Amino acid sequence: MSTSGIGQSVRRVEDIRFITGNGNYTDDISRPGQTYAFFVRSPHAHATIKSINTKTAAAAPGVVGILTGKELAADKIGGLICGWMIHSKDGSPMKAGAHPALAVDKVRYVGDHVAVVIAETLNQARDAAELVEVEYDVHAATVDTATAAKPGQPQVHAEAPNNTVYNWHIGEKDATDAAFAKAAHVTKIDLINNRLVPNAMEPRAAIGDYDRGTGTYTLFTTSQNPHVARLVLSAFIGIAPENKLRVIAPDVGGGFGSKIFIYAEETVCIWASKKVRRPVKWVCDRTEAFLCDAHGRDHVTHAEAAIDASGKITGVRVKTTANLGAYLSTFASSVPTYLYAPLLSGQYNIPNIYCEVDGVYTNTAPVDAYRGAGRPEATFVIERLVEVAARELGRDPAEFRMHNFITTFPHQTPVIMAYDTGDYGASMKMALDMADYKGFAARKAASAKAGKLRGVGFSAYIEACGIAPSKAVGSLGAGVGLWESAEVRVNPVGTVEVLTGSHSHGQGHETTFAQLVSHRLGIPIEQVTIVHGDTDKVQMGMGTYGSRSGAVGMSAIQKALEKVIKKATTVAAAVMEVPEDTIDFNDGIFEARGTNKKMAFGEVALQAYVAHKFDSEKIEPGLKEGAFYDPKNFTFPSGVHIAEVEIDPETGITKVEKWTAVDDFGTLINPMIVEGQVHGGIAQGIGQAMLEGTVYDKSGQLVTASFMDYCMPRAHDLPSFNVGMTTTPCTTNPLGIKGCGEAGAIAAPAALINAITNALGHENIAMPATPQAVWQAAKSSPHKIAAE
Amino acid sequence: MYAFDYRRPATLNEADLALKAAPGAKLLAGGQTLIPTLKQRLANPGVVIDLSAIPDLKAITRKGDTLHIGAMATHAEVAGSKDVAAAIPGLATLASHIGDPQVRHKGTIGGSLANNDPAADYPAAALALGATMHTNKRTLSAQDFFQGLFATALDDNEILTEISFPIPKRFAYAKFPNPASLYAMVGVAVAETAGGPRVAVTGAGTDGVFRVPALETALTGGFKADALKSVTIPTTGINGDIHGSPEYRAHLIGVMARRAVAAA
Amino acid sequence: MTAVTMLVNGKSVTADVEPRTLLVQFIRDHQQLTGTHVGCDTSQCGACVVHVDGKAIKSCTTLALSCDGAQVTTIEGVGTETDLHPMQAAFREHHGLQCGFCTPGMIMTSIDIVRRKGTNLDEATIRAELEGNICRCTGYHNIVKAVAAGAQAMGATTKQAAE
Repeated sequence: MSTSGIGQSVRRVEDIRFITGNGNYTDDISRPGQTYAFFVRSPHAHATIKSINTKTAAAAPGVVGILTGKELAADKIGGLICGWMIHSKDGSPMKAGAHPALAVDKVRYVGDHVAVVIAETLNQARDAAELVEVEYDVHAATVDTATAAKPGQPQVHAEAPNNTVYNWHIGEKDATDAAFAKAAHVTKIDLINNRLVPNAMEPRAAIGDYDRGTGTYTLFTTSQNPHVARLVLSAFIGIAPENKLRVIAPDVGGGFGSKIFIYAEETVCIWASKKVRRPVKWVCDRTEAFLCDAHGRDHVTHAEAAIDASGKITGVRVKTTANLGAYLSTFASSVPTYLYAPLLSGQYNIPNIYCEVDGVYTNTAPVDAYRGAGRPEATFVIERLVEVAARELGRDPAEFRMHNFITTFPHQTPVIMAYDTGDYGASMKMALDMADYKGFAARKAASAKAGKLRGVGFSAYIEACGIAPSKAVGSLGAGVGLWESAEVRVNPVGTVEVLTGSHSHGQGHETTFAQLVSHRLGIPIEQVTIVHGDTDKVQMGMGTYGSRSGAVGMSAIQKALEKVIKKATTVAAAVMEVPEDTIDFNDGIFEARGTNKKMAFGEVALQAYVAHKFDSEKIEPGLKEGAFYDPKNFTFPSGVHIAEVEIDPETGITKVEKWTAVDDFGTLINPMIVEGQVHGGIAQGIGQAMLEGTVYDKSGQLVTASFMDYCMPRAHDLPSFNVGMTTTPCTTNPLGIKGCGEAGAIAAPAALINAITNALGHENIAMPATPQAVWQAAKSSPHKIAAE
Repeated sequence: MYAFDYRRPATLNEADLALKAAPGAKLLAGGQTLIPTLKQRLANPGVVIDLSAIPDLKAITRKGDTLHIGAMATHAEVAGSKDVAAAIPGLATLASHIGDPQVRHKGTIGGSLANNDPAADYPAAALALGATMHTNKRTLSAQDFFQGLFATALDDNEILTEISFPIPKRFAYAKFPNPASLYAMVGVAVAETAGGPRVAVTGAGTDGVFRVPALETALTGGFKADALKSVTIPTTGINGDIHGSPEYRAHLIGVMARRAVAAA
Repeated sequence: MTAVTMLVNGKSVTADVEPRTLLVQFIRDHQQLTGTHVGCDTSQCGACVVHVDGKAIKSCTTLALSCDGAQVTTIEGVGTETDLHPMQAAFREHHGLQCGFCTPGMIMTSIDIVRRKGTNLDEATIRAELEGNICRCTGYHNIVKAVAAGAQAMGATTKQAAE
């Protein structure tokens, strides 16, 4: 077995450039003659633009051009789109207002794009931007999620009365109500899933560059899916036809969902580069990122569980209001609907589920997918509900979960999903061991002696990844197919380039994808190069999000590799003059059974190109194959996380003492990288649960618009993590991969809040459970401690 | 940043002249607050006078019962100074927890005190220790020096040059950092001085750093944490924001005061 | 415009800059050393950390003109792809990076930690000392391991050199 194949913790190929400062991020790129864009943004959450006067600004030093929504409209540049149609329960399509890249008549959130100033230097652009005079008629703003749809609230878009985009539902209401009518016990909980700002460390950036000679546009952008960006910019926004538009997403410094979307700034840069006849570069500063990157989460939920006398959950009923922000971002509509409610069954055998979701507009930044996208929200609901139910019933939370686990597969939930495989009990048992759950009581007693409150919390999560079968998502309203493409180009010397539609922005695809190739072709990993992120190189692709690159992207590569091997076998058979079906291919060698004839993969590649030794009428020269892989089903990673915390009731400081994660991701390509994904996800989940709070005031000003007020997890906020794996390979893709990118962020919030509430002896505490909130709750804790 | 002219005087006298020549100019010490402020275009000083090239503003010396620290001594230099560690170890500890390591390499004691950020650490120490501020024109007591949020007794043309601290019997500082910014949400400095116990609080006052007579009185009978247990801090004059209500901050003053006394 | 001269990665460089030029802009825009990054505006994230006269500082919170005559070391001056610094090697070996954006700042900070705290670093020290650097990808778990191992390796290298 190769040391660089599947299952090996190969050190990353891409690291060399990152650790030496040779990465190539969008802001590192400069185009000859480039200009700099600075956006004039709305200081108001809700206002009518009465006038924009650019005269003084235009005369400022270095200004190359100032553009507003008027010019955009005159050039017939279309608005930004939302690519997933959701229908309300009455069958009506969602009600969406227009989303121009530069506001025309109204601004709808603080940071909304009013004009762009383009100048020779960034300082000049910014200096001049202050001279753009915008007269606003300021209106009251709708900010609060829970009350946005109440009559009488300020209306964000005329198209959406009562700020309601849709009233969606899923599941059987009557059957679920019947289950509640028969229930021996009903657990109820009210939850807020707090709004988060993604904060990838690399701020977004874009360079638009129009080549007048060829009429071709090039856009360098911080994108997780450059091909989708090209498709949208071309087919919907109308910048240029796809063959005249190249999108390059070079090294991208983290995405977490926020770089999936097609934003106003890159649209304006690419359009403006033709207007000003110069390349136009824009780099987001952190405050702009806080204001304008699509945020995540922001749900208000009431949830109930019906439980029978034996302790089995017989029904779950959920009502959620989801804040979609001021405009519908690219996939905003799908996140609180199809990416959310179908996961409400968790790991449990629940015969009846009914969920209603109201999507509402507010005068806040658009809300869209953020690491986990809908699935963390679902997990938080079901795992809080189950935890509280166990407490109310006086049952051990681990035992109560296991009592309700699904144990036979495949399992059809009442909300779309058909789980192919899993062993939830195995993960739970392993996690209990690793966390020394048995020793918890003693540790709690020791903490109490020291005046501290100790708690333990579980989260048995499931997620749906590898999105997804194109036909299925199409029937649910998606505007695109969610397959992935791959092309394997074998060079005459046997080196290989793999072109993939997936995009790596921290996931390590250049390593893991090469491992798959190395494994299957039996060649050293050094002979493999992964090419991604350039629409001129990779023909088409759907990009990286929803933990799909392994399950879908690598499946496409696997499919292409099989075609390469088949073709190479044909060539080898012809060269060795043996029948094709006598050839075995193992560890890079084509060997004719029953003979001493064999050829190495590299030799076959050379022969394929030399084409001297076969009849090219029958066998085409060359060795290059492509594949499109459309998944048969979602994949269903699952696992159990156990958090253990110690609270100082005097200050409210919560210390995460222990974190145990046991995950089942199916086949692991590179355990080191998988564990890294788990670590990062947990950190973001802990961030959500106890550190990160996004606060808008009543007028719609973002109070937490910098790292001074928005608490990013730092090293000292977190413990080291204890990570274990169980494995049930996915049955619906060729490699058995389930996906690992979001698990930590999905599992962690519920585990941590369950631990904190366990320590405090309260049923609920709002996220983020800041020291102040914990201190407040600790004052009324029924758990008295020795020192008090 | 708005455009500005830049001066880098080599002597205090040159700095004084530069300041006189440019009304509204800002003095740049370590820049760890000023530069972010300029970057956000919250200030437009026209001229920035960088004090970093003046060699004699960095000295740390002990003279008898007094510790003298040059205004341009960085937090890292104060934290690492043997003289500080020997004379007022709690002050070295305080300096070692300001901002982060990179900020401590640049930020200065004089810059911090002259800026008088209501969430900065040094003002609490200066007030609790009864420090004396030396400028190029005069000396001021800490009590007179701090005049509310971001306000000090310094004139427009005045340069803080040195801070002298009478060496106390005991001193410690306990900080509850704002989890996001790492500035003090509540920081309590306690000192047992020749003139009696002194307690000063930063981070929590609507009007900046302040002393807490109730805590000082409670410590008069004995410099012990337990002596503070019965003292309740009222919320009058305590600020509130998204990170902490006045009630929470008032409570934390008590907690941090006890922890500081215990550590002193 | 004002002339500024400094020694960047051992090379003397001079440029005319606007006084409002930050050190990070001087490094990235004037010297084309783009390994030093900008991740925030408020001096919190540490993506811009470089060494000035041997000490780690945030180059986004330093004027270029303040560094006239100074020695500046950026990530590019620490080691190369064929001759990695032990701390760079440790970050790769222990998977202390994912997207790579915060990494140059993390490495520059980590080398500075070793300068101040020595080569035997425990987890609590490392976590406390990383307070000026934010990473969104790794959850710090592997960064902590990398810093500890890199510090050890730096100790070993120094010892070797001394022998």
